[in-house]
Amino acid sequence: MAKILMKGNEAIGAAAIKAGCKYFFGYPITPQNEIPEYMSKELPKVGGVFLQAESEVSAINMVYGAAGAGGRVMTSSSSPGIALKQEGITYIAGAELPCVIVNIVRGGPGLGGIQPAQSDYNQATRGGGNGDYKLLVYAPANVQEMVDLVQEAFDAADYYRNPVMVMGDGMIGQMMEPIEFKEVKTRRELPSKPWITDGTKGNRKPNIINSLFLDAGELEDHNIRLQAKYAEMKEKEARYENYNMENPELVLVAYGTTSRIVKNAIDELKEEGINIGLIRPITLFPFPEKAFEDIPESCKGFMSVEMSMGQMIDDVKIAVNGRWPVGFFGRSGGVIPTPTGVKNAVKEMLGGAK
Amino acid sequence: MAVVFQKTKGLTDKEMHYCPGCTHGIIHRLVAEVLEELDVLGDAIGVAPVGCSVLAYDYLNCDMHEASHGRAPAVATGIKRVRPENVVFTYQGDGDLASIGTAEIVHVAHRGEKITTIFVNNAIYGMTGGQMAPTTLIGQKATTAPLGRTVEHSGMPLKVSEMLATIDGAAFVERVTVDSPANVRKAKKAIKAAFECQLAGKGFSIVEVLSTCPTNWGMSPVESLGWLKDNMIPYYPLGNLRRPEEDK
Repeated sequence: MAKILMKGNEAIGAAAIKAGCKYFFGYPITPQNEIPEYMSKELPKVGGVFLQAESEVSAINMVYGAAGAGGRVMTSSSSPGIALKQEGITYIAGAELPCVIVNIVRGGPGLGGIQPAQSDYNQATRGGGNGDYKLLVYAPANVQEMVDLVQEAFDAADYYRNPVMVMGDGMIGQMMEPIEFKEVKTRRELPSKPWITDGTKGNRKPNIINSLFLDAGELEDHNIRLQAKYAEMKEKEARYENYNMENPELVLVAYGTTSRIVKNAIDELKEEGINIGLIRPITLFPFPEKAFEDIPESCKGFMSVEMSMGQMIDDVKIAVNGRWPVGFFGRSGGVIPTPTGVKNAVKEMLGGAK
Repeated sequence: MAVVFQKTKGLTDKEMHYCPGCTHGIIHRLVAEVLEELDVLGDAIGVAPVGCSVLAYDYLNCDMHEASHGRAPAVATGIKRVRPENVVFTYQGDGDLASIGTAEIVHVAHRGEKITTIFVNNAIYGMTGGQMAPTTLIGQKATTAPLGRTVEHSGMPLKVSEMLATIDGAAFVERVTVDSPANVRKAKKAIKAAFECQLAGKGFSIVEVLSTCPTNWGMSPVESLGWLKDNMIPYYPLGNLRRPEEDK
């Protein structure tokens, strides 16, 4: 299939529809508006439903109802909107329903701005809503990968009966790149859905979609079961890319848009005779801890590079587990780090290490 | 021997948790009877709220979905858009519907969403222990209005049905109560008409049912029924506020 040039946000919509998404509930917020706009135009053509909700809170609860009724459903938003959706997300996780949530991250806190950022890392990987729950979180670095991961996200959601988040940033959402829609092939055997609410027809006991457990013991059992599911995700779903990891003096850790800037910095440093590696997490939960197992002896330390004030660094420190020093370089508020900025931070850390 | 009265198939055998004198049990039964009589029990998908009727999913004998506080109309919207052929309803109290979920109920009516809402108004927060609701009457005491609700501090009690009746997408709006056998029969008739409105695809339908809360009102069940009649009905008058044109 020939490659086509497409804007990131529209590519997300197209990928979702190709993956069989039939229902979209959302609310406008910059910089992700092309997603609901695309869905409003294209979903009716495939017999699907687009509905603009009165708020993000309503939109995610519509997703909750639609997922419970057995629909393949998606919502999208940007940072403050995702914050509003957290109420619904914890209910969906608690009731174990599949859905896909796209976050095209902008700067915060609060209303923040509308420029690209990665400062929702903690919101995505640490819950955000109440209770012990996890989302499977994908962090694509380009529009093609966004397309591939959106398609995969629907299957992963069905497989785990869990909300799955695809987290891009304003840069990936707004940029145009050539993409190819591959034939969607699931790598998982998807379970049937005997639990959905579609009416008993008098043939079975009522199905109840619920996250309420008034008995403390029952709720603990439920949580233990959820944790087993998250453990399976950790085992099977962690993904990452290695770049220039043969004999690095320092290993940078960066995801999404930032990883592309870091790659440029690494290439430029190589010309200066400084060998730096990159571990790029593709899943933020589960964080790819395995990537930190066989690190070459040349490595003197790690550095987390983020478009935030230091959120992923906690996961890097956990993965490094005290074996190396962990530095940090980040910009925030919608300021995009430059290769020069990254290079200077690397040299400073190497100087310090020497 | 002819059977003149029996348990409806619309209710499960589960023992209800409601306080003595509370009318949730009667209202559950009316919803269940109507679903059975319309022969839609097998097509019904209900949404339970947060509040006293949070466990409605254990009592109603159809597919059920538990929603978070106030969001039942949004959840029902998601269900109905996926399953337009099913009968979808929400069952909500006044704290849930008239306070935290005001936006959701207004917009479900505004969209003319083809769902039915049973709105139980007992003028107080029941499950959380008797705090003031938007529907609490002027002078009525609540744990968060210990001297009684005043207009200056909290405004007038919200007349939800009157508000929703102004919205074009609301096809059927009626206020009823269940304080006497005659009113129970009228309430059932309204609930049936509301579901028929949905089945005919005419738009959003809601029945507000004035109810009692003997526990948090600090009254006996009998006194509560008297207080409802003397205080609630004058402020929240019974009757139909809106029905489809051709049904008038």
